[in-house]
Amino acid sequence: MMQDQQDNQTIDMMLNMGPQHPSTHGVFRMELRIDGEKIIDVKPHIGYLHRGSEKLSEGEQYHQIITLFDRMDYLANFNNELVYCMAVERLLDMEPSKRTEYIRVILCELNRIASHLLYVGTIGLDAGAMTPALFSFIGRDRIQTLFESISGARMMHNYFKIGGLKQEVPDDFVRMVKDIMPVIRRDIDQTEKLLTFNEIFLSRTKDIGVITAEQAIDYGLTGPCLRGSGINYDVRKSEPYSVYQDFDFDVPVGLDGDCWDRHWVRVKEMHESLRIIEQAIDKLPDGDVASPLGRRLIRPSEGEVYVKAENPRGEIGVYLVSDGTDKPYRLKVRPPSFCNLSAIQLLLQNSWVADSVVILGSLDIVLGEVDR
Amino acid sequence: MIASTGPYFQDAISTLISLLTLFSFLAVTVLSLVWLERKALGRLQLRLGPTRTGPFGLLQPIADAVKLVLKEDIVPNEAEKVIFWVAPIIVVISAFMLWVTIPLTPSIVVQNLENMGLFYVGAVGVIGILGLVLAGWGSANKYGVIGGLRAAAQLISYEIPLIMVFVSIAIVTQTFNLVEIVNLQSPVPFILVLPLGFVLFFVSGLAEVGRTPFDIYFAESEIVGGPFVEYSGAHWAVFFLSEYINTFAIATLTVLLFLGGWSGPFLPSIVWLLIKIYAVILLIFWIRGTLPRLRIDQLMAFAWKVMVPLSFYLVVCCSIYVFYGLPWWALTVMSIFGLGVVGVIIYQYITAPARKVAEVRERLRLLQMSQEE
Repeated sequence: MMQDQQDNQTIDMMLNMGPQHPSTHGVFRMELRIDGEKIIDVKPHIGYLHRGSEKLSEGEQYHQIITLFDRMDYLANFNNELVYCMAVERLLDMEPSKRTEYIRVILCELNRIASHLLYVGTIGLDAGAMTPALFSFIGRDRIQTLFESISGARMMHNYFKIGGLKQEVPDDFVRMVKDIMPVIRRDIDQTEKLLTFNEIFLSRTKDIGVITAEQAIDYGLTGPCLRGSGINYDVRKSEPYSVYQDFDFDVPVGLDGDCWDRHWVRVKEMHESLRIIEQAIDKLPDGDVASPLGRRLIRPSEGEVYVKAENPRGEIGVYLVSDGTDKPYRLKVRPPSFCNLSAIQLLLQNSWVADSVVILGSLDIVLGEVDR
Repeated sequence: MIASTGPYFQDAISTLISLLTLFSFLAVTVLSLVWLERKALGRLQLRLGPTRTGPFGLLQPIADAVKLVLKEDIVPNEAEKVIFWVAPIIVVISAFMLWVTIPLTPSIVVQNLENMGLFYVGAVGVIGILGLVLAGWGSANKYGVIGGLRAAAQLISYEIPLIMVFVSIAIVTQTFNLVEIVNLQSPVPFILVLPLGFVLFFVSGLAEVGRTPFDIYFAESEIVGGPFVEYSGAHWAVFFLSEYINTFAIATLTVLLFLGGWSGPFLPSIVWLLIKIYAVILLIFWIRGTLPRLRIDQLMAFAWKVMVPLSFYLVVCCSIYVFYGLPWWALTVMSIFGLGVVGVIIYQYITAPARKVAEVRERLRLLQMSQEE
C-alpha cells in the first residue's frame, strides 16, 4: 500500500519555453513548472537582447542617440524618437515649430496603428489562427511604404531631429496620408473582424490572464494593459505633450482586465488614432520644419529632465541628466514593455500551458525594449 | 495441391499490383493535396501561394519532397533509437492500411471486405495514435511528450463519436460493406437522412486528423510541433505523408458515408467521387484558414459533454428507426432535433463569453453617456 502511494506520486515538470520558441515574441525565456498541463510557477528570464543602449548613450552626442532609440521598441520607432527629442528639447528649453509637431503626431499615430496591427496578427498566431497575421501585414506594409517615402527607411527612420525634422515631408504628403486612411481603416476591420468576436478566440481569451485594476497599478502596468483593467489613464490625455491637446479623441477602456479586453482596447485605439490623424492632417499648418540648431553640437546647460509619452505599449519615460558637455551624463529609459512584463508571474499562475502564449501575446512585449 | 496454389499465386500477384497502384495513387494525391493546400491557403490570405516552381507552382510539392529527403536525418542523442525509428513507420502503415478497403468505385478497390469494411476502417484508424505517442516519448523531448499525451487523449476521445456514427450507419443500412452502403444512398444521400451523423463525423474527423481548430497535439505556437519536434528530413516527411493520407481518408469516408459516394449524373463515377472529395477537402482547408485553435481542456470537454452523448443519441434514433420501420425522413427529424440541442448547448457554453462581451459593450456605452452628461 505504502509502495503504491509512493509510486503514484507525481512530480512537477520543468518546461523551458524559449529563448528559441516561436511564440515568445523574440528572445524571451520562461522557465515553467508544470503539473500536467497546468502551470504552477513561472520564472521569466530576460537579457538575451541586451545591447546596453543606456550606457552607449553616455558615449554618444545628443544627435546620435536618436538612432539608439529607433532600435529599442523597433515596432514603434517614431514614438520612441519623439520622446527622446522631447526630452532634449525640454533640456534646451526650446519649442519646435507647429508644423513639426503636427507631422510628428501624424507619423506617431500611424506608427501606433502599424504596431497594433502587428499585435492583432501575432495574438491570432498565438491563439492558432494564421490568417489574421497575414492580413495585418498588408495594412502594416502600406504604412511602412508611406514611412519609406517620407523618411527613406521602413523601420529605423532616424527622421525626428532635436527641434525639428530631418527634412521637409514630400510635396504630396497630405494627399498620401488622406489616400491611405480609408484603406487602412478597411485593413484594420478585415484583420480584427476575423478574430475579435470569433467564438473560439473568445473562449481562448475571455477571463484568461485576468489582472485587476489594483494589481495592474501595483505592478506598474501602463498602456492598453492598464486600460484593459478599466483604468482610464493615457498620457496623451492626462498630461498632453506635443500638440495632443488640439485633438478630440477618446480613450477606450476595458472592464475585466483579461486578454480579450486588452485586445479590444488595442483594436479601438487604432480607430482613435485614425481620428487623430484625420484632424491633424486637416489642420496641418505651414511653416518650417528644419531645426534651428542645424548640425551644430548641442551642449545643454547642467540639469536633469524626465519626459514621458504614450507609446503603443504604454508609458515610456526618459530621464536625462546633462553635465554641460555634448554628451548626456546619464540616460535612463522607463520601458513600458519591461514593466508590463513584470506581471507575467502573476498572470500565468494556475493557467494552462496553451494560455501562457496567449497571455504573453496579450501583453504585447517587444524584447528590444525590455532588454534595451 | 498444385492446382490450388495456382489461383492463390495469381491472387497474390494481383493484390500486390493493386497495392502498388494504391501506393502510387496515394503518393500523387498527397502531392496534389500539398499543392492545393498551399494554393488555397494562399488565396484565403490574399497571397499567391507557390508560383515559381513550374506552371502555377505545380512542382512545388516535388521540390518540397526532394528537399526533405535530402536533408540530414538527425536522431537526438537522448532519444530511444528504436522507438524513434519505429514511430513514423507505425503511423504511415496505419494510414496506408486504412485504404485497403476503401472503394473508389465498385470496381476500383484493393479488397472490398464484404462483411467488415466499416469495422476494419474503425479498427485500423486507431493504430496511428500509438505511433504518435511513441514518437513523442521516444524523442526525449518535453514538448514531444506533452504532444504525444495530448494526441492520445484527443484521438481516443474523438474515436468514440466516430465509431458511434459507424455503428448508426451500420444499423440503418444493416451492412458493413462500404460498396453496399454507397449503393443504398442512390435515391437519398445519408446527409439528408442523418444530418447529425454527418456533423458528428466531420467534426470528429477533423479532430482525428488533427486539423484546425483541433490541431492541438502539434500546436505550433505552444508545443512547437508536439511529437514531431525532433524529427527532420525523411522521417518528418513520413509523418507529413501520413497526415495528408489521413485527411484524404476522412474526406473520402465523409463522401462515401454521407454524400452518396460516386453516384451522380452525366460524369463517370470516379470523377464524381473525386469532385466530392476535393470539395470536402477544400472545406477543411477553409476551416484551417479561418479559425483559431481550441485549448486541450475545452477540446476534451467538447468531446465528452457534447459529441459522445450526441453520438449515443444518434445510435438510439437509428435503432428506433429500424425497430419500428419508420420512413426515412423520421430520422432526419430526429437528427435535426439533436442538432438543435447541440446548438443550444454550444450557445450556452461556447458563446457565453460573446454575450458577456455584448453586455460589457452596453455597460461601457452607458458609462460614456453618463460621463457626457
